[in-house]
Amino acid sequence: MQAAETTMASSERSQDNEHKLTVEDTDFFYGEKQALFKVALTVPTHHVTAFIGPSGCGKSTLLRCFNRLNDLVEGARVIGRICLDGKDIYDPSVDVTDLRTRVGMVFQKVNPFPKSIYQNVVYGPQLQGVRRRSVLDGIVEKSLQGAGLWEEVKDRLHHSALGLSGGQQQRLCIARALAVNPEVLLMDEPCSALDPISTAKIEELLHSLKEQLTVVIVTHNMQQAARISDLTGFFLMGELIEYAETKTIFTNPSDSRTEDYVTGRFG
Amino acid sequence: MRARIKKFLDSGTLFVWFCGTAVAASLLLVGGVLLLIMVNGLGFFWPHALVDLTLTDGTHVLGELKGEEVIPYSETPAFPEGKTRVRLKVGNRDLYGLDFRWVDTDQIVSAESPKDVAAFERREWGNFYGRIREVSRGGDVVASGNQEGWKALQPLIEQANDLHEEIEHLQRDVIGDINYDIEETRLKIRELELSGQHEPQEVAELQTATKQLETQYEKHVATLRKLSRQLDEYAVILVETNGREKQLAVGQIVKALRPNDMGFVEKILRYFMNFWSVLSEEPREANTEGGIFPAIFGTVMMVLIMSVAVVPFGVLAAFYLREYARQGLIVRVIRIAVNNLAGVPSIVFGVFGLGFFVYAVGGTLDTLFYPEALPTPTFGTGGILWASFTLALLTVPVVIVSTEEGLSAVPREYREGSLALGATKFESMLRVILPCALPGILTGLILAVARATGEVAPLMLTGVVKLAPALPLDHHFPFLHFERKFMHLGFHIFDVGFQSPNVEAAKPMVYVTTLILVMVVIVLNLSAVALRNYMQKKFKASAV
Repeated sequence: MQAAETTMASSERSQDNEHKLTVEDTDFFYGEKQALFKVALTVPTHHVTAFIGPSGCGKSTLLRCFNRLNDLVEGARVIGRICLDGKDIYDPSVDVTDLRTRVGMVFQKVNPFPKSIYQNVVYGPQLQGVRRRSVLDGIVEKSLQGAGLWEEVKDRLHHSALGLSGGQQQRLCIARALAVNPEVLLMDEPCSALDPISTAKIEELLHSLKEQLTVVIVTHNMQQAARISDLTGFFLMGELIEYAETKTIFTNPSDSRTEDYVTGRFG
Repeated sequence: MRARIKKFLDSGTLFVWFCGTAVAASLLLVGGVLLLIMVNGLGFFWPHALVDLTLTDGTHVLGELKGEEVIPYSETPAFPEGKTRVRLKVGNRDLYGLDFRWVDTDQIVSAESPKDVAAFERREWGNFYGRIREVSRGGDVVASGNQEGWKALQPLIEQANDLHEEIEHLQRDVIGDINYDIEETRLKIRELELSGQHEPQEVAELQTATKQLETQYEKHVATLRKLSRQLDEYAVILVETNGREKQLAVGQIVKALRPNDMGFVEKILRYFMNFWSVLSEEPREANTEGGIFPAIFGTVMMVLIMSVAVVPFGVLAAFYLREYARQGLIVRVIRIAVNNLAGVPSIVFGVFGLGFFVYAVGGTLDTLFYPEALPTPTFGTGGILWASFTLALLTVPVVIVSTEEGLSAVPREYREGSLALGATKFESMLRVILPCALPGILTGLILAVARATGEVAPLMLTGVVKLAPALPLDHHFPFLHFERKFMHLGFHIFDVGFQSPNVEAAKPMVYVTTLILVMVVIVLNLSAVALRNYMQKKFKASAV
């Protein structure tokens, strides 16, 4: 029901659709091993786009290309074009740290720093040179509210982040990413380590988040993809098999492999 | 049957026993060493009872009973287990020649512990055990007899000790300062001469200053002589147990005790006083008597300087190896080399320190910055700085290895999380990785401190001395004197135990020094552990 509503909302908006991220015929290599084959897709602004597929299909690899976190891997190579707002992010003139403040990321493994809640949230802003206490306080409140955590932690901002529950920690990571005002938020299986209630909270959060930014989420959970996303891409063996509106993918896929996967026949 | 044995072996029960035995054996060895040191070291401070033995030939032996042992090869049919003899510390080295005497048990007729005998700790010749015949002042008898003399002597000894303190203050602080100033002025004059463009007037002023200082010096030396004569004012005639007399000045006595007449509480009090005086006093009589304060001070200070030197070096090197360097053959070779460096004999480091730090670096520093003092070397000779640096070199592998381990234990998620927020690699390292690796770094420091505190061989080449004239820290600017030679507990053990002519007398001192060295290691380690726990708390769960 909810998914249907979302799809409707997105199709309404799809007329004035801006392309936030564009991937054009991109190959990706880990050394000799090719992980992505001629992937091409566009991610529309203010939508939630989900990537699904079995393990090792390359969906996380593509996600990590969007903020160039793959640069850390020795021997990683990208051939093709990935554009953010029409500008190639692999262009030598691009400042990687600048790109990463525009494209935030939440990881599969919950990773708040071993610092206080407050210090976790202000980590990004402080890197950008924000020093005024009042400004930082404002950012902390706004980001934690954005991540739906403010009410739960406002009295213990200076306690260790590691004292929070798993779901709270993941929302803190979202708040930490929001604190630098990103335009795109990448989520790499953000709920895979969480219990259903925490998962529900984060899914709820995504609906409000897409008003402010563009979300790309990788998930193993097909119900989740169906519930939260506007568009879904199905990956298999490094290829993008099908990319369409979520409703289409789950109800009327054009490729038989997609149908097999979403109906649970393999994967 | 074989199946059952196999089953038993596979069950691992035997293995558990092996593991347990290994732990037990290690603990036993460590415990044994500690116990040996504690028993012998802590026993040193106790005021031991004096026994007076009467022998078959009618003579007496008075001293502290130190132990009983079987005479080697003395087994006869009558004594199947061998004869025994006792070892006594009889003191009175000036009369007997030796501090210790062995007496065969079968020659002892009777043993008693008379309450009126006293142990006199002297500034020279070790202890005297015996009684007092008379106390006199310039030939006039003040008190005669053991009891009268004892009463008269106590305040006199206190007076003499006060006088000694005054003399020491005068020598060390007042005259020491004047000498320091005279030397500084001499160096200034020499510097002006060397520069070649000195004003004659300036030199003349300095020379007048020197004259004034020298007059002051003469004045103080006169006072010093007067005080020294006061020390000899009172004399005491002591008599040992067989009636031989010994006359000496009261100023020669540090303290007099009647251990047989002391109550238990009094003995405990005396025990702690002795303990404190060993910790706080300077050594006497070629280090075999007195305290070991300069050695404790030198050890701790050297370890602190070494820590300050070794941590930045090791941490930076580890960061490069782990975070920046391309992991490959070269880095692997470097890592193996670093690990092997930890196995190089320490004396080799000592030789390197002597050649590189002392002669090369120190010599260059001298010609560049201290030409006025040459040919006397300033940094071109062993000193606490060079010894600390040599030890830093010795311990840097330990710090590198544990820092690397600490770094590799930082989860990849932290690095990625930090980078994904727009941090550069340097910012991530400084703000996330370094705090997380800090416990590892401090573990490295703990290991380095433990290794460095016990190291002696390299120090002997790079700045440790038997007796240092001054501490490396004092009130003269710049307060820390890195070029000075220093004393060290480890070297003290070697020197007192194996280089002293009177080994038996020095033995307790060796145990005490060992005990205190162990205590220093423990204290330094515990403070490093406390620091690590504090940091862990601060960074792991900040502001809890």
